Amino acid sequence: MIEHPKKVVILGSGALKIGEAGEFDYSGAQAIKALKQEGIETILINPNIATIQTSDHLADRVYFLPVNPDFVERVIEREKPDGLLLSFGGQTALNCGLALEKRGVLAKHNVRVLGTPVEAIRDTEDRELFVRRLDKLGVPSPRSRACTTLEEALATAEELGYPVMARAAFALGGLGSGVCRDKAQLTERAHKALALSPQLLVEEYLEGWKEIEYEVVRDAADNCITVCNMENLDPLGIHTGESIVVAPSQTLTNREYHMLREVAIRVVRDLGIVGECNIQYALDPKSERYRVIEVNARLSRSSALASKATGYPLAFVAAKLALGYSLHEIPNAITKVTTAFFEPALDYIVVKVPRWDLRKFRHAVRRIGSSMKSVGEVMAIGRTFEEAMQKALRMIEVGAMGLYANSGFGSEDLATDLAEPTEERIFSVVEALDQGWTVDRIHALTHIDRWFLHKIAGVVRLGQRLRAAEELDAPLLREAKRMGFADRQLARMRSGDEDAIRALRTAHGIHPVLRQIDTLAAEYPARTNYLYFSYHGLEDEAAASPQRSILILGSGAYRIGSSVEFDWCAVNAAMTLRKAGFNTVMLNCNPETVSTDYDESDMLVFDELSLETIAEIFRTLRVEGAIVSMGGQTPNNLALKLHRAGFRILGTAPESIDRAENRLRFSALLDELGVDQPEWAQLADGAEAKLFANKIGYPVLVRPSYVLSGSAMAVASNDAEFERFIGRAAAVSREYPVVISKFFDNAKEIEFDGVAQDGEIVEYAFCEHVENAGVHSGDATLVLPPQRIYLETMRVVLETARKIAAALRINGPFNIQFLARKNFIKVIECNLRASRSFPFVSKVANRNFIDTATRVIMGERVAPATRPFFDLPYVAVKAPHFSFLRLEGADPALGVEMTSTGEVACFGDNFYEAFLKSLIAVGYRFPIKSILISSGDIASKAELLESMKAFADLGIQFYATMGSALFLIENGFSATALHWPMETKKPNTIDYIREKKIDLVINIPKNYQDDELTNDYLIRRAAVDFGVPLLTNRQLVRRLAEALTYIKPDQMQIRSWNEYTSRVAGDTAPAPSRGHRPAGAIS
Amino acid sequence: MSNTPAPKRAPRPPAELVLANGMRFSGESFGAPASRAGEIVFNTGMVGYPEALTDPSYRGQILALTYPLQGNYGMQGGSEGALRSVGMESDRIQASGLVVADYAEDFSHWSAGRSLGEWLASEGVPAITGVDTRALTRVIRQHGTMLGKIIVAGADVPYYDPDADNLVAQVSAGAPEEFGSGTWRIVVVDCGCKENIVRNLAERGLRVKRVPWDYDFTQEKPDGFVMSNGPGDPTMARPTIERLREVLRGDTPVMGICLGHQLMALALGAKTYKLKFGHRGQNQPVRRTTDGRCFITSQNHSFAVDEKTLPQDWEPLFTNLNDGTNEGMRHASGTKFSVQFHPEAAPGPVDTATLFDEFLAKVQA
Ligand SMILES: Nc1ncnc2c1ncn2[C@@H]1O[C@H](COP(=O)(O)OP(=O)(O)O)[C@@H](O)[C@H]1O
Ligand SMILES: Nc1ncnc2c1ncn2[C@@H]1O[C@H](COP(=O)(O)OP(=O)(O)O)[C@@H](O)[C@H]1O
Ligand SMILES: [Mg+2]
Ligand SMILES: [Mg+2]
Repeated sequence: MIEHPKKVVILGSGALKIGEAGEFDYSGAQAIKALKQEGIETILINPNIATIQTSDHLADRVYFLPVNPDFVERVIEREKPDGLLLSFGGQTALNCGLALEKRGVLAKHNVRVLGTPVEAIRDTEDRELFVRRLDKLGVPSPRSRACTTLEEALATAEELGYPVMARAAFALGGLGSGVCRDKAQLTERAHKALALSPQLLVEEYLEGWKEIEYEVVRDAADNCITVCNMENLDPLGIHTGESIVVAPSQTLTNREYHMLREVAIRVVRDLGIVGECNIQYALDPKSERYRVIEVNARLSRSSALASKATGYPLAFVAAKLALGYSLHEIPNAITKVTTAFFEPALDYIVVKVPRWDLRKFRHAVRRIGSSMKSVGEVMAIGRTFEEAMQKALRMIEVGAMGLYANSGFGSEDLATDLAEPTEERIFSVVEALDQGWTVDRIHALTHIDRWFLHKIAGVVRLGQRLRAAEELDAPLLREAKRMGFADRQLARMRSGDEDAIRALRTAHGIHPVLRQIDTLAAEYPARTNYLYFSYHGLEDEAAASPQRSILILGSGAYRIGSSVEFDWCAVNAAMTLRKAGFNTVMLNCNPETVSTDYDESDMLVFDELSLETIAEIFRTLRVEGAIVSMGGQTPNNLALKLHRAGFRILGTAPESIDRAENRLRFSALLDELGVDQPEWAQLADGAEAKLFANKIGYPVLVRPSYVLSGSAMAVASNDAEFERFIGRAAAVSREYPVVISKFFDNAKEIEFDGVAQDGEIVEYAFCEHVENAGVHSGDATLVLPPQRIYLETMRVVLETARKIAAALRINGPFNIQFLARKNFIKVIECNLRASRSFPFVSKVANRNFIDTATRVIMGERVAPATRPFFDLPYVAVKAPHFSFLRLEGADPALGVEMTSTGEVACFGDNFYEAFLKSLIAVGYRFPIKSILISSGDIASKAELLESMKAFADLGIQFYATMGSALFLIENGFSATALHWPMETKKPNTIDYIREKKIDLVINIPKNYQDDELTNDYLIRRAAVDFGVPLLTNRQLVRRLAEALTYIKPDQMQIRSWNEYTSRVAGDTAPAPSRGHRPAGAIS
Repeated sequence: MSNTPAPKRAPRPPAELVLANGMRFSGESFGAPASRAGEIVFNTGMVGYPEALTDPSYRGQILALTYPLQGNYGMQGGSEGALRSVGMESDRIQASGLVVADYAEDFSHWSAGRSLGEWLASEGVPAITGVDTRALTRVIRQHGTMLGKIIVAGADVPYYDPDADNLVAQVSAGAPEEFGSGTWRIVVVDCGCKENIVRNLAERGLRVKRVPWDYDFTQEKPDGFVMSNGPGDPTMARPTIERLREVLRGDTPVMGICLGHQLMALALGAKTYKLKFGHRGQNQPVRRTTDGRCFITSQNHSFAVDEKTLPQDWEPLFTNLNDGTNEGMRHASGTKFSVQFHPEAAPGPVDTATLFDEFLAKVQA
């Protein structure tokens, strides 16, 4: 056994992004727990403030700093750790670690990389080295060559024959990869990929092969196991992160399963992995031939999924192994009597379905393939494939009822939908089967294994019977439930309502049973309550606790607009409840979360966030009530439904929630309170809507209502634009009305977060948006304490919030968004739940809003906070992270629709320091030597003059499009004019961007959103595609110019979170009082 | 091979699984429409039903699979040839019946020629689907292995206790048979031997003579003996134990597997006992006592060796990490050893196949 390190630095993965999301909060949090258990001092570097791993109860010190070699080196200098963990923070941490090693930083400071050695990481990341190692072992990989130039790539493709697969090395989520069917496609792809990565791998394209993964664990004593295998329903060619995945594999024989398992162990031993890794295979569907696709020498999305799928805490175990433990020395956390040296036996099937938000992005290509575009995922557990699959499709909340009884997916052209998949292909499979297509025909187009297709066909057949049946009698209903049909799905098919189906079910005594996940298929009893529901079963395996039980609803799939921040809220609520002695029951279905770690609550129900499931939880576990205000909009939307069905909602009354959510009712309330709001109307007719728009005057905000997820809120500046949006919104009707509001230019936006008790505010803070209103609050840069808000405005905001809180008798967390111009304010919206910014304000102000809110919800009397929230001797800035790079074609201009996938926050002595740090943390690079400017209309050009002066003073060189160049020159700057992209003339903007002659692109759009492929769009897109930082917002440009003027990079302080917050004198946390009296509606 | 089964099928007859404690599980019949009794055991492996069903160690037992989805990849075509087709561990289905939760009639695999149900039916073996196999497993875990029966369409049959029979005699080869070529000769004493044991030996260039359980192998002078796996209570195989005692007194290398391990222990005067519900699965962790290395093994046994009763010159070689039971032993000389698990896998992990290499080394020494 190696000697334990005393102090370990753990690298996080930074902002959530496509390809690197919540799974690394889970893995990092487990690693910290594992180290703490050994008494090792833990230092976490991660700017992602919404995560649980950056909570004060985990790491000893947290640095909200960019995870890049510069900052990490400075932290190492300061902290002098003796150990470093690289494998818990995704590709970001791994790449950073490789760079540190290369720079000699680790050797210089005597820091040991724990777990898998750096050489092994390099050999798995460098495709050429990797293939060489596999060759030596006699393990086949796709025939390929690593190319560094376009010419080399083309020559290789000739040799292999098209189609070929092109993949970038040192990337994740299949970035820059894809199938190339001819020379032109390969040329284009190689260009982009080589701009981002030094190496491009050109290889044989294994069309239709099965994609199989194994999660492998190895200890330093060379004991090695595979914890889980997984089979992709979508064959090779669709990234594993984009595929529907089942665990365990379903179509593999014993020989195939164990052949691949043996290879996995052989490869992992050879590489010398210590800890966890993932190996991906292609398996020929017509023989036992296979190829190794890749090894990820770290925790990954798949390992998070495998952990949740099996109950085997991979990240925790990997951290222990990194310390030198052997697998058999680590106890099995579920049975407590067996050890971690075993391979879980599942007695259920798990289905993972990704969640995409592609419809949200203007111009985004909807085809899916070998690079990742999904933003989240869900996992469903069932005793049959049908049960789990149908659950999973409901869980992603894109409007699907399951496999059957959906509408609105796919296009007219089934064959194309099947052969060239978009994110909706699974629904096209169902549609084809429903229309009578044979399994063989669908298989020929999709290569999806017939086993899956047959199973889906069975669901379709039953669906058809259910539609046709005269009566839904007990046997038929039971059969439907076992095949995964939900109450509401049946209701839709039989044109009834969900409550009636539930009543019918209850009358026939048809209920699901609560099943336990125990890692050993019931061979040993489980000591934990990791549960799911199945309609196949005779007995519940968990019973109501003798303690008072409270149900907490988690957030469901991460998506744009709802992600790890709500997991932080749910986990914190559970912690508070547990401390107060309640039995906590967590309901969630997202495998990337910490809330679905079975040790975060007393009982974890891994299942759908639906009325049906919640009703069954109330029945089986006898919970007292449900908390719906922590998990974001999904639980919030269930509040009224649950209340009406007779289930108790804790906290603010569902009636009030409805009053805030329902636009008409909320507007009436504001009028009643004398609170101003933007003028608006809801209209069921396009022509009337246009009249109204003209009446209030452009610009107006257009909000169509939609059946499917992903919407298109838009700002129209004139009739033409207006008509275009309304047209795109399909039919405006009574059922799907449109909301038109007056849109305010040049208004500040303020985000108010608070906690109220019986309508009295006990805790609050508000953040200022750096961008003016018009940039969605989720995409905005937030600063706390506010920097540029008049005192008078602050007073009015608070007073207004007080009025609203009182009127709605808020009991718990809430959030109000304000517009402010001069000292006048308007309310945009109010949510009676925790908001995206709760972790940010809680961590910056060092007052846990969720803890307070939870105590309020449980009826504890809480004294109002006394110290003003803005009384902080430091500033924190929260910045959004965008994943446009992965969203081929998507327009990166900011607007009223949220498009960011994650966020970071950094601290500083002043705004500028915090701002610069946070920009670096989301990928901006400094110093900047050249800027390309195309700055929109004349007003915006004028507004930017001062900034241009600052940039010029910093010695930055300007390139600009014609109009902007003229403007700059007229104003005394020197600037090089470049031609617009659509002009073929040189020098051209696109060439300059591609050739990396530009360090920053400033492109201020002329209108609110480009619906056409304009020159501006092409510039923005080129910036994204070639990895050049981009700014599209005037306020951000101005703040950046100031920041660069006032702050030099070496002036950025390396301080831990605690060093900032401990500067605040005295603790004014609300004092608890005795006794719990749950607030809320009495059912 | 593609398969496009007819979408409409005859409904399956109702079936019931009845336990000796009176519990009943209802489901539907597939496979042979016959009622059958036996001892109910559960196996937690997630793949490998062809291998498991044809494993002679399941003789007299009704096999319940804890992994719910079964039949997915169907069954291969024929079973010809001396070393029979892959997937078959003997020439027929040995288990008395099969219990699953969710049988897939619509199989899919390039190597498959028929469904699991068709195969079972062709061999006259009944099966039941739709059973809450997890509830069943929990019952067995709590109350121990039990007698039970699959009843199809209400046709009751009496209970049957396989421990009362000499199952080894039922599954052992009728006459000696030879496999492979090579200079080194191995005698495999077939007490219900899985094909893959013979395959593993033959693949390593050994000439194998497989002899029946009651054959007088003491007359053979091979370079090594392998005592095979097999069904039931080891104490039933009296004549084998007697002859084995003599072999163990000599210097010829001996390797024992599963029942073979138990027979060796009995021959040495040690004791065996019946476990509450046995070990059946592909994820059983064992630890080698000599160097602490851990292995995942495939297992299928009800009885175990009481290692406290081993003679002086024998020491435990492997221990089960879950429950501490004995998983192997070796003689001080190092030439004779035996394991409770299945290094030949099939079904299961192949991690301990190296034991055959170790045996080979002893044989060639
Ligand atoms: N040779 C190939 N032929 C067809 N598809 C491939 C091939 N190699 C990789 N893929 C597909 O591309 C995806 C991404 O490739 P992978 O090497 O796993 O990259 P990443 O590091 O992004 O996960 C895989 O999940 C697989 O579906
Ligand atoms: N009347 C308005 N004038 C200017 N900007 C607005 C107005 N209403 C909304 N916005 C902008 O649009 C964004 C999204 O609007 P909001 O109603 O909050 O939608 P969501 O429900 O998606 O949060 C806000 O954050 C704000 O920047
Ligand atoms: Mg991959
Ligand atoms: Mg909003």
